[in-house]
Amino acid sequence: MTASQISSERIWQALSAVPDPEIPVVSITDMGMVRDVQVDGERVTVTFTPTFSGCPALHVIKGSIGEAVRGLGVQEVEVKSTLTPPWTTDWMNADARERLRQYGIAPPAPAGEQLITLEAEPTRCPRCGSLNVRMTASFGSTLCKRLYVCDSCKEPFEGFKSV
Amino acid sequence: MTLTAQQLSEQQKTALITRLQALADDEIILAQRDSEWTGHAPILEEDIALANIAQDEIGHALMYLELRAALDGSDPDHLTYFRGPREYTNVQLVELPRGDWAFTMLRQYLYDAYEALYLDALRASTYAPLAEVAQKAVREEKFHLQHTALWVERLGLGTEESSRRMQDALNTLWLYTEQLFTRTQDEDALITAGITPDPATVKARWEELVRAHLERCQLQVPTVSPLRLSRDQHREDLIYLLTEMQSTAREFPDAQVW
Repeated sequence: MTASQISSERIWQALSAVPDPEIPVVSITDMGMVRDVQVDGERVTVTFTPTFSGCPALHVIKGSIGEAVRGLGVQEVEVKSTLTPPWTTDWMNADARERLRQYGIAPPAPAGEQLITLEAEPTRCPRCGSLNVRMTASFGSTLCKRLYVCDSCKEPFEGFKSV
Repeated sequence: MTLTAQQLSEQQKTALITRLQALADDEIILAQRDSEWTGHAPILEEDIALANIAQDEIGHALMYLELRAALDGSDPDHLTYFRGPREYTNVQLVELPRGDWAFTMLRQYLYDAYEALYLDALRASTYAPLAEVAQKAVREEKFHLQHTALWVERLGLGTEESSRRMQDALNTLWLYTEQLFTRTQDEDALITAGITPDPATVKARWEELVRAHLERCQLQVPTVSPLRLSRDQHREDLIYLLTEMQSTAREFPDAQVW
């Protein structure tokens, strides 16, 4: 099969099966990381945006995108990254937020526009839904998360940062 | 007006390369100092936090070096691992040995406040690729600032020992802050064209923010005048830092897989 027969819908579909390497319950399209898919004859260009600039998973994601598209029989794949507009957790879809919550990670609160602030945003316990939570560490096991404990149900949990 | 790489004059291009490298060098050296705490921080959460912060700073350095690469075709890895101490252009604030925890947190706080405000101003850059990088990095920097501001508060208002250590750290570090706001070679050409912010403007905002916070934490800002240093003046400490940081790359310069 050649690329000219492949629709961008099929490519989007294939990309929606590429998991985020650090949080495998969500895919890179759930996360809003894939910004654009262009099919030009035999050539496919996928543009994605990094979540955190120092994220070590970026190379893996770039590789997985190429692999997923080549898996459809496309020979020439270019994976480009863009910084504009900057990725925000507001692009994460509702379904992905719910899956994160079920996985035990508090989904991100709306990021809003105030970029420099000393106050952390409110977060709910993914287990009992209480807002009576405490941040126990402002950084976590990956760049995108931080650590909390719920004072209502006593559950420690990870929360997604809002960016 | 928005500028593209093609629209930059030769003088602007050269000045921008110098500024980008200075921004990247500060990030690289500070990240290396921070990473010296990996496995040694007082508690696990802080070990993780500092590793996260270091990782973000390296991410920012890479974005600056990619912008440089677009201008002169240089290789970010080569610039990082194969330049010697005489060629590095970082400020001395970031190369000072890591010291104790108070020193580490206060240095990071003073730097984070500077970086967050510098990036905030850089978002208005007329050079579009630079504005994009600033827009991205500033969102990450706010987490650093939240974290280190809290540590300054915790230690400044903590025990007699913690506030003494914090004050000692401030007495040393304050001397080195001026260098962050010194113009790089021919930067006037960039400032006039709105490509980079005037460091003096950033400094005014920084001083206001930092002084208010330090006072709230009952720390006295030293009254001595800060050191005037240029970015090609380094301490002996940088030699040892680079020797360690670059040892693997220099040992195996042709390695493709790490």
